[in-house]
Amino acid sequence: MFIPHTEADREAMLRTIGVDRLDDLFQDVPADYRFPDLNLPPAQTEMEVMMELQRLANANEGISDLICFLGAGAYNHYIPAAVDAITSRGEFLTAYTPYQPEISQGTLQAIFDYQSLITALTGMDVSNASHYDGATAVAEAVTMAYAHFRGKKTKIVLSPSLHPHYRATVETYNQGTEVQAFTPEIDLSAGPDALLPYIDGSTALVIVQYPDFFGRIYNYTDLAEKVHAAGGLLAIAVNPLALGLLTPPGEFGADIVVGEGQPLGIPLSFGGPYLGIFATRKEYVRKMAGRLVGETMDNRGQRAYVLTLTAREQHIRREKATSNICTNQGLMALASTVYMSLLGKNGLQQVAELCYHKAHYAADQIAAIPGYSLWSNSPYFHEFVVQCPLPAAEINAHLLEHGILGGYELGKDYPGMENAMLLAVTEMNSKEEIDLLVDILSEAPHD
Amino acid sequence: MTEPLLCELSISGRKGVQFPKPDVPKAALPANLTRQHLPLPELSEVDVVRHFTRLSQMNYCIDKGMYPLGSCTMKYNPKVNEAAAHLPGFAFIHPNQPIETVQGALLMMYELQEMLKEIGGFAGITLQPAAGAQGELTGVLIVRAYHQARNDLKRTKILIPDSAHGTNPATSAMSGMQVIELPSDVNGNVNLDALRAECDDTLAGLMLTNPNTLGLFDENVLEVIRLVHAAGGLVYGDGANMNALLGIVRPGDLGIDVLHYNLHKTFSTPHGGGGPGSGPVGVREHLVDFLPGPIVDIVDEGDEDTPPLYGFVTPKQSIGRVKSFWGHFGMMVRAYTYIRMYGPDGIRSISEHAVLNANYLMALMKDVYHLPYQRTCKHEFVVEGRWEDAPEIHALDIAKRMMDYGLHPPTNYFPLIVHEALMIEPTETESKQTLDAFVEIMLKIAEEARTDPELLKTAPHITPVGRLDEVKAAKELVLCCGLDSSPIAGTSVAAG
Repeated sequence: MFIPHTEADREAMLRTIGVDRLDDLFQDVPADYRFPDLNLPPAQTEMEVMMELQRLANANEGISDLICFLGAGAYNHYIPAAVDAITSRGEFLTAYTPYQPEISQGTLQAIFDYQSLITALTGMDVSNASHYDGATAVAEAVTMAYAHFRGKKTKIVLSPSLHPHYRATVETYNQGTEVQAFTPEIDLSAGPDALLPYIDGSTALVIVQYPDFFGRIYNYTDLAEKVHAAGGLLAIAVNPLALGLLTPPGEFGADIVVGEGQPLGIPLSFGGPYLGIFATRKEYVRKMAGRLVGETMDNRGQRAYVLTLTAREQHIRREKATSNICTNQGLMALASTVYMSLLGKNGLQQVAELCYHKAHYAADQIAAIPGYSLWSNSPYFHEFVVQCPLPAAEINAHLLEHGILGGYELGKDYPGMENAMLLAVTEMNSKEEIDLLVDILSEAPHD
Repeated sequence: MTEPLLCELSISGRKGVQFPKPDVPKAALPANLTRQHLPLPELSEVDVVRHFTRLSQMNYCIDKGMYPLGSCTMKYNPKVNEAAAHLPGFAFIHPNQPIETVQGALLMMYELQEMLKEIGGFAGITLQPAAGAQGELTGVLIVRAYHQARNDLKRTKILIPDSAHGTNPATSAMSGMQVIELPSDVNGNVNLDALRAECDDTLAGLMLTNPNTLGLFDENVLEVIRLVHAAGGLVYGDGANMNALLGIVRPGDLGIDVLHYNLHKTFSTPHGGGGPGSGPVGVREHLVDFLPGPIVDIVDEGDEDTPPLYGFVTPKQSIGRVKSFWGHFGMMVRAYTYIRMYGPDGIRSISEHAVLNANYLMALMKDVYHLPYQRTCKHEFVVEGRWEDAPEIHALDIAKRMMDYGLHPPTNYFPLIVHEALMIEPTETESKQTLDAFVEIMLKIAEEARTDPELLKTAPHITPVGRLDEVKAAKELVLCCGLDSSPIAGTSVAAG
């Protein structure tokens, strides 16, 4: 298997070390606790373990078995075959963090490519090499804004239409800090203006989402101006795929753009690993956490790439670092880089438009079913909220009987919205699937 | 041997992927929210695949050879792990699916939780943390929550030995804790006198890496833990070095209250050039209620005819979630596969051979490279990369020269308490023959340091690029290529 030693190797090595047995190497471990019997299942061969895993995998009904209209932070998109072909290469898959640039130019230049694509997509100046996911990128934006104002501004305003997991993560990260992060109780159907009364001179950061958790899209230019006038910063959490079509948040005046990178060629994989996008303006680059790759020259006069501004990071600054991040999402950033390269300018726009048109077709059809209506009349991208005549959980149970994964049940996070579901439509949903969804929804109230 | 950037390879009008035409009527695009320029490159699939293949060939990787990076546990990543994680029933399930449709995934997670409990001697596990550093944050927040729940609010002090990874102090500071550094004693153990002096009623806990970053198992570990507990504090274990302890000793049995695992070190999930990792956290009984939620549990016991139903539960006094969804599921599949293949005896043999390999290398190197702590090591050891008779040579030069021999260097300049440190962790997956070849090169480099120091100072010579100007990188800060500043003319995407 993966331990290559023969009995003869072991004996020769023990002799060189000067001990008789392997056990002799563990004399410093307290004898009372040494060599516990582990109650683990017995070893299996590769063949056996693959059969077991195949059985476990088959016990799931995935999106290849079901028609998926589920989103709420993770989306079903087509992933071109070349993405996995590249990310499965051992040279990328089994390389360590590129601390030794002379033998890591592949990873370093790929990250530089990633940083370039993310800045282009978001309209920002700089991107780091990634965070864990959308939620932790948001939490790091909070930490960065707090550090930027050197603790003098402590208030963080979270839009209620920011993903509930992102808001929960911010709360978790800050239970021991001075940061006061809160979600104002405002009318959920209101636009970003409803946040204005909560923004004042003590506000370090305002965070909104684009498209927001309910799928709606707003122009945040006015909000950015008001936040800046109050002396604070604005962070916008994006779906990067939507930026194939939509105005980049850099043009709104965002100071920080974060986001969940999963839609960019990363499999759903039951929630992870995904990709945390983090971009900001040039003037804040030294306050940004995470790894950064910069361009330079080598001693042979060649252009080359290296991790830079590392003095901000934990392995140098220790307790003075603003973040403890070390391992990030290198391979997922690579996947998104390959995906964006393959799709390019035209392809990303095409996918975004397909999502947009199909979602609007679906929404129009559903809104025409008696008993159903759209919860909002604001513009939206590829997700929208439907008010159902019954609790969304009941509708979903009915849809599942017909092989459809229905929308996210909003009552789970928003009390009072038990009859509302958030439906996502992507390029993967055919007109036939949408029409089937509409047919089954039409039946549901009469069951 | 410079590879162009994506933006330099771009040719206007080229396409890598085609998508079907819309099969629904087109809707009006949002007038004031449609972007005018999308400055992404335009490439064919051939361009893209060749670009990234050429880049990949400029990388060192574990598939190519030994990676003796101390504290990084760069062991071989079994290919079966990848096959398992790629199974469509795992790779293509949505995190928000009803639990009834993902019982296979939940059962796997539940079993992995059980196995990690057993290996570490813990009563509860969360699989949610994304990496080791996030596992640390989770653990320190649990320590904090424990004291808060007891209304013991003045406990804000976290003790961290000077040999600890940088993430330990950074994590504690992030959690709002006060960091106190503890010196090591002459044998590389925690200095007990210094520890006693800090054991008061403000002590929240101690972050202990054991074996520590010198590769030494703390000979007083039981006393260290006893002192912290007696003062009312908790002990956090940094599981980065668990590859020394599998089946050897269970941290929970020693009294360690909370510990993070690194699935991407100990349990063979690939590093991916810097992630994704996975940092599950184990806790003893008194901390189970504080674990981040949701975690997988049996939500309906079932009966003779019905199997148990697995679902998600959130512990009563949970610190909350630390990321989206349930954790790095793809990494869990790989780790599960790995543990299942080893079984109880195999798990122990991992650490036995990791420790055997490290001691073997240490025995063969210590006469030539100064060994600051003369003890049996665990899975790694630290030597000094300097000699009195080669004064101009630094650890960095040795590291760079190793590349000329096709080796990846060890971790250098860490831990900070050893001068010119070279921290070597071979892992169990390297054979005696590989280790012998490694030693031969290390001895040769030591000789070159005396006979031809310039060879080391100017190394590496045969790598795709030579030593880099890091000052220029930091000063000029070129962090992306120029496409963004020059939007491609006449490409209004609103026209679609």
